[in-house]
Amino acid sequence: MTDKFEPRIVAFFCNWCTYLAADSAGVSRKQYPPNVRVIRVMCSGRVDPQFVIDAFANGADGVLIGGCHPGDCHYSEGNYKTLRRYQLLKRMLKGFGIDERRLRLEWISASEGDKLQKVITEMTEEIRSMGPLNLPSKIKTEDKELHLSGVKP
Amino acid sequence: MSEGIRIGVYVCHCGTNIAGTVDVHEVARYAGGLPNVVVSKEYKYMCSDPGQAMIREDIKKERLNRVIVASCSPLLHEETFRKCCADAGLNPFYFQMVSLREHVSWVHSKEKEKATEKAKNLVHAAVMRVVHHESLSKKRIPINPNVLIVGGGIAGIHAALTIANAGKKVYLIEREPTIGGHMAKFDKTFPTLDCAACILTPKMTAAGKHPNIMLWTYSEVVKVDGYVGNYKVTVKRKPRYVNEDKCIGCLACIEGCVFKEAKFPNRFDEGLGKRKPVYIPFPQAVPMKVLIDPETCLKLKTGKCKMGCAEACGQNAIDFDQKEEYKEIEVGTIILATGFKGFDPTILPFYGYGRYPNVYTSLEVERLLNAAGPTGGEVVLRDGRKPSRVAIIHCIGSRDESTNRWCSRVCCMYSLKLAHLIKEHTDAEIYEYYIDMRTPGKGFEEFYNRVAEEGVTFIRGKVADIYPESLDGSSNRLVVVAENTLIGRVVKIPVDMVVLSIGLVPQPDAKDVRRMFNISCSEEGWFLERHPKLAPVNTFTDGIFLAGCCQGPKDIPDTVAQAGAAAAETLALIDKGEIELEANFAYVKDDCSGCKSCINLCPYSAISFDEAKGKAVINEALCKGCGTCVASCPSGSIGQHLFEDVQIFKEIKGILANGEGVVR
Repeated sequence: MTDKFEPRIVAFFCNWCTYLAADSAGVSRKQYPPNVRVIRVMCSGRVDPQFVIDAFANGADGVLIGGCHPGDCHYSEGNYKTLRRYQLLKRMLKGFGIDERRLRLEWISASEGDKLQKVITEMTEEIRSMGPLNLPSKIKTEDKELHLSGVKP
Repeated sequence: MSEGIRIGVYVCHCGTNIAGTVDVHEVARYAGGLPNVVVSKEYKYMCSDPGQAMIREDIKKERLNRVIVASCSPLLHEETFRKCCADAGLNPFYFQMVSLREHVSWVHSKEKEKATEKAKNLVHAAVMRVVHHESLSKKRIPINPNVLIVGGGIAGIHAALTIANAGKKVYLIEREPTIGGHMAKFDKTFPTLDCAACILTPKMTAAGKHPNIMLWTYSEVVKVDGYVGNYKVTVKRKPRYVNEDKCIGCLACIEGCVFKEAKFPNRFDEGLGKRKPVYIPFPQAVPMKVLIDPETCLKLKTGKCKMGCAEACGQNAIDFDQKEEYKEIEVGTIILATGFKGFDPTILPFYGYGRYPNVYTSLEVERLLNAAGPTGGEVVLRDGRKPSRVAIIHCIGSRDESTNRWCSRVCCMYSLKLAHLIKEHTDAEIYEYYIDMRTPGKGFEEFYNRVAEEGVTFIRGKVADIYPESLDGSSNRLVVVAENTLIGRVVKIPVDMVVLSIGLVPQPDAKDVRRMFNISCSEEGWFLERHPKLAPVNTFTDGIFLAGCCQGPKDIPDTVAQAGAAAAETLALIDKGEIELEANFAYVKDDCSGCKSCINLCPYSAISFDEAKGKAVINEALCKGCGTCVASCPSGSIGQHLFEDVQIFKEIKGILANGEGVVR
């Protein structure tokens, strides 16, 4: 760990649009902060809300979901399902005390390497200014408190 | 769980592409210390023969049962390494790829330490994920040997003939009433100056007559369903109001039309020629069948007409009751050859197109020069004069921040050709205004020199303004103003004719077509190829290929070469007889509670409900592997091969490991 806080962002990119945008950003050598780690899924519709929560619980400071633009989904409508879940998930995160800006959904098509660069740069900066989420240590402390108060975690 | 798991990790330098930014040695060292990893190596080019041989050897010698290659994008080499594993006797789905080039070294080239850190995280994720991989096999489905080709320009025609000659059935769909596309409009082609008609019309006729080609002109694809090997395509056939089977192309109906004079602009002649409501686009049209324009035909517009056409037709082919028809066809592969559109110069008002009658587009001049064109090959101005001084302006709508940034590739050469032809036809003085003279191609530079020697004057500069020489009518010349950047002086030259060398732009409905065929477009609107160098005619959708200018501006030789390549790719797919589909389909586990919430989510209706068992069932053949149902199952009872929950959870853990192998 360096002295300066480096946000860790987990990204779920769909195979057909946003993953390709990341490839095309690479081919065009578009530079962006190295804070995002990409997990490839076939469709943004595969992103189970549990993945997002699990990422936060394992120490992610932000989660980015990337899919095809509305109407462009390789599987016709998977991205609409993503959008629905995303709205509910944001509400749920708020309930958990997680700032909803830590989760972001973006439509980035295969040709939009520029947009990918912009989104990642923006999100990294935003989360950097928000500071670390530190969910794993918070969970640990809470578990300890629960343990002390005699409730089984 | 991980008992007996033996992972091999291979970190690729990709020359200096990865190794120049990422400390590959450190990544390999780090991977070597992770659980279950028994081999961790680095090598200059992992995809090369020695690289692959090393992996194969290790699989055997070290009894590896999982392989990870950390190199470029999986879209480039996943198949290569899967095959490498299979060759060594390992099920290819025990392989996992990590993208260190596109996702790390190329995009973080100035932050070496952090890039290395990221690379370690990604490799760590793969190491954790691959433990949970399973042995899988690919689905095999038969492929329909029929091919659909959309667009009947030179690209579509060439591809259609190639495939039809190989004995396969082709549906060639063209939305205009004739095939031939832009090439049919040209007079001569650069740099050889052979006449476009002489090389194109025999091919058009061959396509029209070929027993294996089903040619549907005046038709459009309106719906595409299915997937590689099994596409269901709906084609709209617009009414010609002429029975194509009966019409013999004698053109007696045109003679018989109540309009004695042709008075409506003919689109094929760029509006310069006139036609009647019943017409053929041009004398060499294929198919040689007339059609009636409902916008101008009295019978179709008002219901009142003597119907001289029907009277004149000896075949009884005129049919005013014809309606548009929708036909469904089944094909296995599709080639898109939908072409381009000429840039509309009215967007740039200072060139005066549409305002001054003697400003022409290059396509209009092609028609004027064409012996089969509206003037029979005479270059005469709209006011009837023969031009004695002509300005040709390059890069209209190209290489310009305010319109299109790309170079249209063909304009320099066709401008030189037009200069030569106009000079030949009229002996006029010619001035060419160019930004840079781009003549890369076989015989192109030689052609440029030849035209220069013929006495064409070249002015290096962009035209800033065009205005009439006099307002009182004493001169009908236009003054062309430009800075000659080679002498650093503004020059004003009065000319009789201005030719705008318009660039190439994507078809206005390219975005709709792209969506219908489920492929991607580049930012500019050209259809996106799978890989610019290694898969230039493939798209990201299997079974759909590209040919010609719909993929980007190119000249005729390149278009034909690309059409041939697309045909070869198509035939390669068909001749295999069956296709292998990715093994990533979803399946229902035993603990399904039968809530049915997944059933409506599937866009392919692949999920049904087994009433007897009270569980959902997924039809493997229909499932495309998006995983939407998997993510939505409330009890986690749907799995997806290659993207199992446990695999992704492990990937998340690995990605967030803090770089020294500690998983929080």
